Amino acid sequence: MSESAASSPLAAPSARHLSPALHHQFEDIEQQRDAGNFGMWVFLATEMLFFGGVFTGYIMYRSLYYPGFAAGSHGLEVNLGAAMTFVLLASSFTMAMAVHAARAGRRGMLLGLLFATILLGIAFLGMKFTEYSHKWHEQMVPGLNFHPSLTELRGAPEHAVELFLCFYFFMTGLHALHMIIGIGLLSVMAILAWRGRISCEHYNRVEVSGLYWHFVDIIWIYLFPLLYLIGGRYK
Amino acid sequence: MFFIGGAAAVMMRLHLIEPAGALVQPETYNKLFTMHGVVMVFFFLIPSIPATLGNFLVPMMIGARDLAFPRLNLLSWYVYITGAAFTLYALISGGVDTGWTFYTPLSSHYLNTHVITTALGVFITGFSSILTGLNFIVTIHKMRAPGMTWKRMPLFLWSIYAASVIFVLATPVLAIALFLVGLERIFHVGIFDPAIGGDPVLFQHLFWFYSHPAVYIMILPGMGVVSELVTCFSKKKPFGYIFIAYSSLAIAVFSFLVWGHHLFVSSQSVYAGFISSALSFALAIPSAIKVFNWTATLYKGSISYQAPMLYALGFIGLFTMGGLTGLFLASLATGVHLHDTYFVIAHFHYIMVGGAVMAYLGGIHFWWPKITGRLYHDGWARFAALVIFVGFNLTFFPQYMLGYLGMPRRYAVYPAEFQVLDVMSSAGASHTRRRLLDSIRLSSLVHPLWTRSRIESLERERPGMGDAIAASHR
Repeated sequence: MSESAASSPLAAPSARHLSPALHHQFEDIEQQRDAGNFGMWVFLATEMLFFGGVFTGYIMYRSLYYPGFAAGSHGLEVNLGAAMTFVLLASSFTMAMAVHAARAGRRGMLLGLLFATILLGIAFLGMKFTEYSHKWHEQMVPGLNFHPSLTELRGAPEHAVELFLCFYFFMTGLHALHMIIGIGLLSVMAILAWRGRISCEHYNRVEVSGLYWHFVDIIWIYLFPLLYLIGGRYK
Repeated sequence: MFFIGGAAAVMMRLHLIEPAGALVQPETYNKLFTMHGVVMVFFFLIPSIPATLGNFLVPMMIGARDLAFPRLNLLSWYVYITGAAFTLYALISGGVDTGWTFYTPLSSHYLNTHVITTALGVFITGFSSILTGLNFIVTIHKMRAPGMTWKRMPLFLWSIYAASVIFVLATPVLAIALFLVGLERIFHVGIFDPAIGGDPVLFQHLFWFYSHPAVYIMILPGMGVVSELVTCFSKKKPFGYIFIAYSSLAIAVFSFLVWGHHLFVSSQSVYAGFISSALSFALAIPSAIKVFNWTATLYKGSISYQAPMLYALGFIGLFTMGGLTGLFLASLATGVHLHDTYFVIAHFHYIMVGGAVMAYLGGIHFWWPKITGRLYHDGWARFAALVIFVGFNLTFFPQYMLGYLGMPRRYAVYPAEFQVLDVMSSAGASHTRRRLLDSIRLSSLVHPLWTRSRIESLERERPGMGDAIAASHR
């Protein structure tokens, strides 16, 4: 394979920007960066379809069992949800700034911002865990501990509320799993930055991790209204 | 994996020699057809051409040093092995009998076999598909050599690209559907469970949203291979290059819109059925465009009947038959009559074995010298190609008749009046399998005692190869 490329008249040697960060298969660092970003976008398309399957189910059952979904939604703690949304948006901001810092080659700033993003992510997961444990105490966890009181049902059929909670736990759980992966990814970036392996020329990894982080945020932006704000709570 | 799946198939056919079942218990029969389906679809047909020929040819054909993400490529191999290990574990430790479709609620509530292990295997393997598709898309977009414009790419790449789009967009939906089935089994709650108002048919929608496009994952790379073979061995430029290229993309797009034709009898409304049916007919158009352009490429060509070309010609014939019988199934009225009969089995195998496997074998023969530096034995390879063609038809043509006469699929026993046709089919199956084994393992490919000069003579025999390959040959 390398033969064909080397003998090709099209690959002029002068065009090759030699840098230790350049992987062997790419012509120059620009192409490498483009490919990395594009690859992440394609992966995010995959993720979108992955969540899309659950969103489809949600839409279908919400139209079938609207009262149950509204009742289930009213049982969620909307203030906590709003706080989580705020934390996540803040983490998106620090993440965007981290990419900016990486591009500018400011290692200290990059480290600080990555650290802040990770902390905000952990705060989000902590709040999520609090909410899960509240649900557990209310005996509102389908499959494991589901014995809803009449006030919790708000007059809606039990199976419909259970279905809503199935979706609630599945969607937020899947999202939390993505958050955990994202925190792991950012920790790796922080270690790399600590060791000085991220330069203004080679910051593509941070940029790609940022894309992933923003995507996970966007999923939450959809989950929050779909799960917490339905049923005309503030009419 | 191909041989494991094949062994399961031959055991089923041997079992069906006698109306009452000759070989195994009905439960075992259920496990056999499940294993055959799961292994063949997820572990052979889907990765076959992209993983072997694709990984090898894509960078070469576009003039890149390697795929965009070589380490991701290696990872996808390990992921595949992991998934296969789970599935094989399920096979060894007692099997699974849901059918390859894992329909709920049978799979989620009623069975006590290794559904989770198998589903997990398929789930994991799905990620290897996604990674491979992602790699191809990025490579083809970003790493073409200067001057290698989209419309100069070999046709194989167009079809691989279209298949990759399906890989990336459809596979995650299967993943989520199987994930939900797994959760239902573990926690006994669920989204497909009618007991809490869930809908088992939702699973069918999610499943076929993946699995209908997935059959185009299996056939599109095969079409790409055949486009290359037909062009090379008729020593002409491909007729209607742009139509063949765009029809690949059209197939990829339409494939996402026709899953409803699997649900004609699953409580889907008549209007939804009608639309699915119409869209399925529309999907036949790009397929037909390809067949017509291949035949037009053959027209007045200087055709040489070497082994890869025999496979390609076999592909065109069998794919046409498989495609046309697909129209019977896509029509609402006949579709309901033929639903879940052997007619469906025959249709699917004409496309998948007659199409995808023939193209795979043809492609492997064609690029074997490029991969290994050794030439296959052409005489044996031609002989094998012909025997496979005959044996294949003997196996599956009787199944069209069986299906039309009303023999349902997935039954371990059948009425005595079907025995003649069933015996024919079984004879063909064991015959085909022996020749497949021979052709791959013994006679032609791994028989590379041929000198370097044979390779050089290849240059004379194949002047019409795509520019990129010809360049990389020198």
